[in-house]
Amino acid sequence: MSDTSINTRADTGEAGFGDYFALLKPRVMSLVVFTAAVGLLAAPGGVHPFVAFCSILFIAVGGGASGALNMWWDADIDRVMKRTQSRPIPSGKVTPDEAMAIGVALSGFAVVMLGLAANWVAAGLLAFTIFFYVVIYTMWLKRWTPQNIVIGGAAGAFPPMIGWAVVTGGISIESVLMFTLIFMWTPPHFWALCLFMKSDYKDAGVPMLHVTHGHRVTRNHILVYTILLAIIAVGMAFTGVGGPIYLVTSLVLNALFLAGAVAIWRRDETVAERDGYKREKAFFGLSLLYLFLHFGAILAEAALAPYGWGGW
Amino acid sequence: MSFRDDHELHKRRFGRNLGVALVLVGFIVIVFGLTVVKVTRGDYEPENAVVSN
Repeated sequence: MSDTSINTRADTGEAGFGDYFALLKPRVMSLVVFTAAVGLLAAPGGVHPFVAFCSILFIAVGGGASGALNMWWDADIDRVMKRTQSRPIPSGKVTPDEAMAIGVALSGFAVVMLGLAANWVAAGLLAFTIFFYVVIYTMWLKRWTPQNIVIGGAAGAFPPMIGWAVVTGGISIESVLMFTLIFMWTPPHFWALCLFMKSDYKDAGVPMLHVTHGHRVTRNHILVYTILLAIIAVGMAFTGVGGPIYLVTSLVLNALFLAGAVAIWRRDETVAERDGYKREKAFFGLSLLYLFLHFGAILAEAALAPYGWGGW
Repeated sequence: MSFRDDHELHKRRFGRNLGVALVLVGFIVIVFGLTVVKVTRGDYEPENAVVSN
């Protein structure tokens, strides 16, 4: 054994702080923070800024904890997929037991602290989100049905509802619509990624739609979900969180998104492979911008409302 | 195993300990801050409390 191999992190079992932090899926956490913050700021009424800050932090910690539990359960899949091989568990930096302990401890911590800082409706929603992501999605649906991402996407859609509940202490049509926006956005976003990352899921044996039903069906599904998403997204403009800024933003984005979905639907594998999945990659990139700008527009409406600009 | 390799291990361990320390300090600040906010806003006043002058 060489010196180099003796001193790899896997052999020493000494993970750095950053390795534990990576368990919390920081990039997913950033989306959770953003959408939860928009839900909180768009809600009628208000909370003390420090309570708002702490609530967002606890929601992020709860989201991160579910990410750690996901990595613990899915370590076998992560070892196979190229995209996830460098994660802390498959790379040997953190043991599965450590990841499980951190996930469980932080889940409990985040729920209790959110309940104490804000209210128990928000804490209950956070607890349900963690349960849904870890048990319903990760442990059950992901390896069982090609509709895994559709139902599992609900977990990522809860943060704006939790942010809303922090202020109002309840659930309303606006918060449900914000949930629905992310819920309907997740399948086309993820399936577009699957189209050009096909070999990874196939190798891991995860029954993603394109693995079980082929690319033609996946392309059809992307189009159908994008049409349904457009109806919901534009419809939101006429609710309490909408307004002219949101309406214009949503119309432009949905026109672009629909055009992208139609382009994907009209293509077949031969054409897509010839240009290196250019359209699919562009659609995936647009999907990130789509969600960010929709929630950005909701935030803009809420921010301008005190000056008589936001809302209808 | 050379001293250089051990040093890397200790550096990583120190970084981890420092990270945990900062998280704990952050937790203390959060609990203290939340307590101040809740108490000054009267969140823990009994609803039927009588204020006497």
